[in-house]
Amino acid sequence: MKRGIAGSLESNDALITVKESDKLEITIKSVVYDFFHKQIEKTIRDTLSELGIDKISVVCEDKGALDFTVRARLITAVKRMEASK
Amino acid sequence: MRRSLLFIPGNNPAMLRNSDVFESDAVIYDLEDAVSVTEKDAARELVSGFLNCAGALPMEVIVRINGLDTEYFSADLEAVVSDKIDSVMLPKASAAYLAELDFLLTEQEKKKGLKKRINVVPIVELASSVLQIDEIVKCPRVNGVLLGAEDLSGDIEVMRTKKGNEILYPRMKLAYACAAYKIDAIDTPFTDVNDGAGLEEDCRFVANLGFNAKAAIHPNQVPVINSIFVPAQKSIEWALRVQEAARQASLKGLGVFSLDGKMVDKPVILRAENIIKKARKYNLI
Repeated sequence: MKRGIAGSLESNDALITVKESDKLEITIKSVVYDFFHKQIEKTIRDTLSELGIDKISVVCEDKGALDFTVRARLITAVKRMEASK
Repeated sequence: MRRSLLFIPGNNPAMLRNSDVFESDAVIYDLEDAVSVTEKDAARELVSGFLNCAGALPMEVIVRINGLDTEYFSADLEAVVSDKIDSVMLPKASAAYLAELDFLLTEQEKKKGLKKRINVVPIVELASSVLQIDEIVKCPRVNGVLLGAEDLSGDIEVMRTKKGNEILYPRMKLAYACAAYKIDAIDTPFTDVNDGAGLEEDCRFVANLGFNAKAAIHPNQVPVINSIFVPAQKSIEWALRVQEAARQASLKGLGVFSLDGKMVDKPVILRAENIIKKARKYNLI
């Protein structure tokens, strides 16, 4: 199965792993889960929508990343997954 | 007119989000040497995303893209050119590369409908570039030139030293060329971030050669640089006295006059005016 990884587990960053899937699966692990998991999930869903992707597995390990970081790491991970095909 | 330009690694979200608090006159979001070859794509996406969501930043925004001779150049340029940046920094610059960059920037500006014209800050870091400085400073969009001593010393196969004798010739050449075209002469970073006294000495040395700015690789270097690339209080007081004396002399129809026993004529008055202009810019008077 093809996959792409981008980001890091450094503070203010997020490590995002994406895999091909026949459905949309989003898993979020965050140091600020209680406060921000809905916002992180929205950023992931919005970004996937912009990319025209509705079936994919996304695992986001968040270390306090702002929206622009989650979005950028997700886009990079998806591009890396596609490039690995 | 810049004093300090702070490099921010392009793949570091924490540094990007805090880049407006370090009080440098410019930030340089770096997609080149601060980013490993395996992370070029990630850094490009991150810097582009940061710029798109950032509000108006209180300092000049420069992006150091990868050189024209690399596979990353085109994607870098496409990703970062927007109204959110002021300048592009070009590594390993030559007059030919700068002409090509000007053409490509014009294309990008038209395609994206930019409201501004992007400036260019070339890095002189090859022996061949040193020999072309006279041409580089005349290239379109160039409003400052950075000396890149680390790559340059590698190119001429000499060891870098804190004293910097090995880069005296390019420093002097660059300072004169930039002065001739009234653009910023930007000195190479001081790489020992724990040697504040050494940084201060280096700044004073190059300021006396004619440089008006220096790049920084750590936020703790910015206050030192900012404090040195401005007129000293003594110079400001002298300039204000010259200005007042010139005003009095003008009322008497005198083009040349004496102040403190020394002749003051047009070049001295212009120097005083430049000091006052710079002091006002940085709120020193």
